[in-house]
Amino acid sequence: MQVEPVFEVEDAHFSYDRRQTALAGVSLQVGRGDKIAILGSNGSGKSTLLKLLDGLYFPQRGVVRAFGQPLSEDRFNDETFAFDFRRRVALVFQDADVQLFSPTVWDEIAFAPLQLDLSEAEVKARVAEAVQTLRIEHLVDRAPHRLSGGEKRRVALASVLALRPEVWLLDEPTTGLDPRSQSWLVDFILEQAEQGGTFITSTHDLDIVSEIADRVYVFDETHRLAAEGPTEQILADRELLLRCNLIHAHRHHHGDVMHAHPHWHRPHAEHVHEA
Amino acid sequence: MARSLVERTLASVTHTLEQTLFAEDIARQPGVLQSLDPRVKLVSVLALLLAVSFARNLWVIAGLYLLVLSLAWVSRVPLGFFVRHVWVALPFFTGLVALPVLFNVVTPGAPVLTLWSNPLIAITAQGLRAAAFLILRVGTSVSLAILLVLVTPWNTLLRALSVLRVPSVFLLILGMTYRYIYLLLKTASDMFEARQSRVVGRLQPAAQRHLVTNTMGVLMSKSYGLSQDVYLAMLSRGYRGRPRTLDRFTMQPRDWLWGAAALSVAVVALWLGRG
Repeated sequence: MQVEPVFEVEDAHFSYDRRQTALAGVSLQVGRGDKIAILGSNGSGKSTLLKLLDGLYFPQRGVVRAFGQPLSEDRFNDETFAFDFRRRVALVFQDADVQLFSPTVWDEIAFAPLQLDLSEAEVKARVAEAVQTLRIEHLVDRAPHRLSGGEKRRVALASVLALRPEVWLLDEPTTGLDPRSQSWLVDFILEQAEQGGTFITSTHDLDIVSEIADRVYVFDETHRLAAEGPTEQILADRELLLRCNLIHAHRHHHGDVMHAHPHWHRPHAEHVHEA
Repeated sequence: MARSLVERTLASVTHTLEQTLFAEDIARQPGVLQSLDPRVKLVSVLALLLAVSFARNLWVIAGLYLLVLSLAWVSRVPLGFFVRHVWVALPFFTGLVALPVLFNVVTPGAPVLTLWSNPLIAITAQGLRAAAFLILRVGTSVSLAILLVLVTPWNTLLRALSVLRVPSVFLLILGMTYRYIYLLLKTASDMFEARQSRVVGRLQPAAQRHLVTNTMGVLMSKSYGLSQDVYLAMLSRGYRGRPRTLDRFTMQPRDWLWGAAALSVAVVALWLGRG
């Protein structure tokens, strides 16, 4: 059965100030209900790709299509299209301080439903539901600058959940989270995905990839996609991960013999060695 | 030993943050004024300010000041802090303005204390009265404004401005300014601390100036980048240039009662103090 396409990206190029290349010819496809991880080292272009998928930036060459329609600045000038797209696709920014711009947590969660012209009663109902799902009842009247990193992440997710989007774009969602919050976040993604959501998560945290993604795209350091495939296959390809700066060679002595093997750091846990 | 510019800046940033936290704690106390609708508080304070400004009877203004003190007391505002906050800074500003008013040159009348006989320079009874009026009027007005700010969280107070028909886009900008000023203060503080931790001895004045201009430049560039990202985050959640906000305020019978009482006091004070 053919899966309905959500995003089709063909040979997308993007550079900041026309000098600093972020994407150098990227193509990918995302279908409804897919759970995708975009792997890559810092600065490889993951965040830029998510902003392209969210219609915040537009490719300088190539095409990005969402739900079969090409995304462009002109397209977003059409209120009906912009309204429909923003209702269906949501991005959780890497930096929670960017995402949380309202004076209080309540205002933050109500922002998106309000901009989408929902009725007052519906806005309040959506905020209440998001607050309950994320278990942040105690935070609603707090100012974002007085929240901890984990609390900010929960509020950022609630602010998107209130939209009830079909497609979630998550930019490095585990950055700065302690192990418990990280595990909670994985559960949250899985719960939402079970309800039919499409998830595209950019990360370099290999630890969560097998849990939150069925398919993986890997960026190399030339801002191109180096590989694409099922999660297990990609994670088993140590040579690829090493080349794309996602794991590194670890050298140490066994007696008098120098020994080297691929290695990555599980955040807040033991190191993972490959014999 | 005199503190360096960096130390003083750090101390001042920390002091500002502490003061804000202190004020927010007061606003969260279960006091009388804290429990009222912010719109009622705002309108009541404006009415009382009008009464203070137009009353021409010293005893009426003094009575209003006592009322402000009682309100502060029932709202769990530490009275020592409250009185000091107003009266320590006041003489430097209003006192200077009031000083010439004391003398016969500006306010002719019966001399109370002659400083110079030929030509006559003396403090007059009328001058003393005029100065007392000015200082008491300013002191009471400032106390009212500070009390309002202390018993109402800033973001709630900003939202309450909608009752005065302040445009919502203006309120959105004010709210965001308030929210991000802390992030930038924290960034500035971190930058100074990082610098301080690497300095042995004292910086030369030229190096200090260099440090300050560098910090200003970096902060400017950071805030510019931040504003661009925040705008993208707003767009992503459906913002289309016309902000829609929702007040969660609900008027209770006691709010109406309080509003009516405050307006009555203002009218009676105006009548009694009509001169």
